[in-house]
Amino acid sequence: MIQVLEQRRAQIHRKGETATPLRCDRRSVAGSVTQRACAFCGSRVVLYPIADALHLVHGPIGCAAYNWDIRGALSSGPQLHRNSFSTDLQEMEVIYGGERKLKQALEELIDRYRPKAAFVYSTCIVGVIGDDVEAVCRQVARAKGIDVIPVASEGFRGTKKTGYQAACEAAFKLVGTGDTTGIGACSVNILGDFNIAGESWIIRRYFEEAGMEVVATITGDGRVDDLRRCHGARLNLVQCSGSMTHLAKLLETAHGIPMRRVSFFGLEDTAAALYEAANFFNDSAVLERTRDLVGREVGRVYPALKKYREALAGKRAALYVGGAFKAFSLVKALKLLGMTTVLAGTQTGSPEDYELLREICDDGTVIVDDSNPVELAKFILELDVDLFIGGVKERPIAYKLGVGFCDHNHERKIPLAGFEGMLHFAREVHATVLSPVWQFVPRRSRRSSASTPSREIISPSKNPAAVEERKGLA
Amino acid sequence: MLNSTTSHHTERQALRVNPAKTCQPIGAMYAALGIHNCLPHSHGSQGCCAYHRSHLTRHFKEPVMATTSSFTEGASVFGGLANMTQALTNIFSIYQPDVVAVHTTCLSEVIGDDLPMMFKKFREDGKLPPGKHLIHANTPSFQGSHITGFANMTTAMVRYLCEKSGEVCDRFNLLPGYLDPADMREVKRLAAGIGARFVMFPDTSDVLDGPQTGRFQMYPQGGATVEEIRSAGDGFATLALGFWASEPAAKELEHKCEVPYELVELPIGLGATDAFVDAVRRLAATEVPGEIERERGQLIDLMSDMSQYLHEKRVAVFGDPDHVIPLVRFLVELGMRPVHVVTGTPGKAFETNVRQLLGPAGAAAKVRAGEDLLSLHQWIKAEPVDLLIGNTYGKYIARAEDNLPFVRFGFPILDRVAHRLFPTVGYRGAMRLVAGITDALLDKKDRECPEEFFELVQ
Repeated sequence: MIQVLEQRRAQIHRKGETATPLRCDRRSVAGSVTQRACAFCGSRVVLYPIADALHLVHGPIGCAAYNWDIRGALSSGPQLHRNSFSTDLQEMEVIYGGERKLKQALEELIDRYRPKAAFVYSTCIVGVIGDDVEAVCRQVARAKGIDVIPVASEGFRGTKKTGYQAACEAAFKLVGTGDTTGIGACSVNILGDFNIAGESWIIRRYFEEAGMEVVATITGDGRVDDLRRCHGARLNLVQCSGSMTHLAKLLETAHGIPMRRVSFFGLEDTAAALYEAANFFNDSAVLERTRDLVGREVGRVYPALKKYREALAGKRAALYVGGAFKAFSLVKALKLLGMTTVLAGTQTGSPEDYELLREICDDGTVIVDDSNPVELAKFILELDVDLFIGGVKERPIAYKLGVGFCDHNHERKIPLAGFEGMLHFAREVHATVLSPVWQFVPRRSRRSSASTPSREIISPSKNPAAVEERKGLA
Repeated sequence: MLNSTTSHHTERQALRVNPAKTCQPIGAMYAALGIHNCLPHSHGSQGCCAYHRSHLTRHFKEPVMATTSSFTEGASVFGGLANMTQALTNIFSIYQPDVVAVHTTCLSEVIGDDLPMMFKKFREDGKLPPGKHLIHANTPSFQGSHITGFANMTTAMVRYLCEKSGEVCDRFNLLPGYLDPADMREVKRLAAGIGARFVMFPDTSDVLDGPQTGRFQMYPQGGATVEEIRSAGDGFATLALGFWASEPAAKELEHKCEVPYELVELPIGLGATDAFVDAVRRLAATEVPGEIERERGQLIDLMSDMSQYLHEKRVAVFGDPDHVIPLVRFLVELGMRPVHVVTGTPGKAFETNVRQLLGPAGAAAKVRAGEDLLSLHQWIKAEPVDLLIGNTYGKYIARAEDNLPFVRFGFPILDRVAHRLFPTVGYRGAMRLVAGITDALLDKKDRECPEEFFELVQ
């Protein structure tokens, strides 16, 4: 077993070898190179796709700079959310308080952009200097006649998960304030899809084709007015369970809307999600249309996957993603491509998540919570993987090790959701795993290249770097 | 996204829209990566560290290692001593760096954590392994910018590591400022080419521009070693590049070890590179070799060849002050007219400096420190330009202004790759800039001019 921080041992398991539950849901150990972020980050990512709202970061400039338009949460209309607005707090405000500045900034922004609503994000420092953000928001809301909603997203409150909760609380303040007339019986909200690369549009299209009305996509391609009336929907489908379960629960408690956890990633899960909703409504026309849709799409995509499956059979994948539900779907989707998941990890999984992950993984799969680059790099080498699935901080690590990489986080540029998303995913995995580039990586060039003829373009003996490497090993 | 911007500019006191700067800690983290076997450590909430690492990774496309004190609500009330002690213990036991370079965050600054006291306790408790070093910089996010953070961490290197043995050596010290690794490499190449003996720190070449090796290295081979930085105290002089990023450290070195310093601009463009080369030549007491003179000649040759396309072209520039000042100088050398010049970093000296470079001919230019990209865009709307130069965030303005020719320059560049490997400093770097500028102008003409004006030869 590789060397890990002593305190982290219980956060790493190998299926079939460890019987105790995986330890998770813990704060990161101080001093580890954790890949996790903070509560502020969690709140920002959840709310920011609401495109006609104003998003003002109350704090020093960094918090507003680092998440300025870094996630491809697309909007079909307003682009207001892509700007970076902040109070850029300076020393004077840290000493004397930032409330006046916040009020002035809010008023100026509302006058300039006339948004439908405004969210004000608190950063660490605001929590410490004690600005009464709620009072300022109330005041400005009264004066300007729009909802101005504080988000309790001080970074030190916890991990992204804490921030998700604060975001759900903030979004919920809009819910129930709109007119629900005209919303039909077969109507859903889709929670936890952020329209990365246009994924919400794909999902919405499926539901509409199957005869189900989508009242709100929360928050992908989100709109304030959709949130106001989303309590008129009859069913909540929660995709990114980590971020949105809380809002779904609030909706359930306050408005009696039942929720279902779904995933729109992979053929199996996308079909299951659609059937879940169709069965819930128990409407024969909807059921039939859903069957037609699924049949047609699977019939179209499945054969097209064949050539990728043949090329990828037996390849080994490692994944380290934000939430557990994505991990489940990925394990299944990789299986569909004939690949084996040898490492599955998440930043924020719960004990139940890890139990389920353990169930769907093969024996020997390493399961890990809140990992770090040193661990991940060692696992990649030890488990000899062909593909790594992760986010921005993991990409260069995979590439340095000469391993294919697929971004399944917010920097993906092509939609991976839905049936067609599975095809995109297969294409992307195929492109990176079988890239001829890896043959030039010293470590990889030593591997048997029987299954990938392209690796023989340069034989290891002619590759000077590989010769060097071998000398080093001898 | 910026379609609603109008030419009406109003002064804003409370609101920052689309900033041209970021906060101190990321600069400190970047500087610390220029020490060999050093682990930067962020004393604050874990989001800061994650954001900085992600941002640097997007710019360099390289793994960026750093640790965090992972502040909780408790730490933000009772102070971060326990977090720091646990963090340092973990770092030395598992990651085994030679140096841990701690920077503060707004949170740890406001709660008043005393880092030297924490270090002292850690040392006195016998927890610091022998031969290992702790350094720290105060980098409150509510002052200055990422450039200030870089300067503060470079100063911390001097404060903690530089020593005067009493025997002045035959080397001088080179403080490169907030440059990309490729630029740091070029600065070293030029200085070495002139025959200088020098120590450069921080040095991120071979840290963040490493080759593909098939291995993951927590600490790549580059970076100035502790020994090299220590010996800077015995250097006979310091050559500091850039007032904002390098002068504070040069001053500290003068104060602490009595090493006199000379300050020059970052060697961007002809005149600024001349000044750098001349300073190195004088310090090294040698002649400029023919090879470097040839590069200079090639640059002037290129400038003459392209002058017809560049003359009197109106340019908007934004970026970090140490970069923008010599760049404006270069644009003037090229016969271009910088009409809007902005930095997000505060400091009136920037405005004075740029005004001097522009002279009476540029009296009408907008020159502003501590400004943001909404203002820049409004000024461009009111007085249009032919070219925009700045970091990646300029692309929104370029798109909103009918695909304004746009040359990416500075930090961060999140959507192109050349900066990772090809310098913009030195004569060769200046040639790359001229090529980039003319390409941008001619590409627009080729894309948009009427068929009859579409020319094969330019």
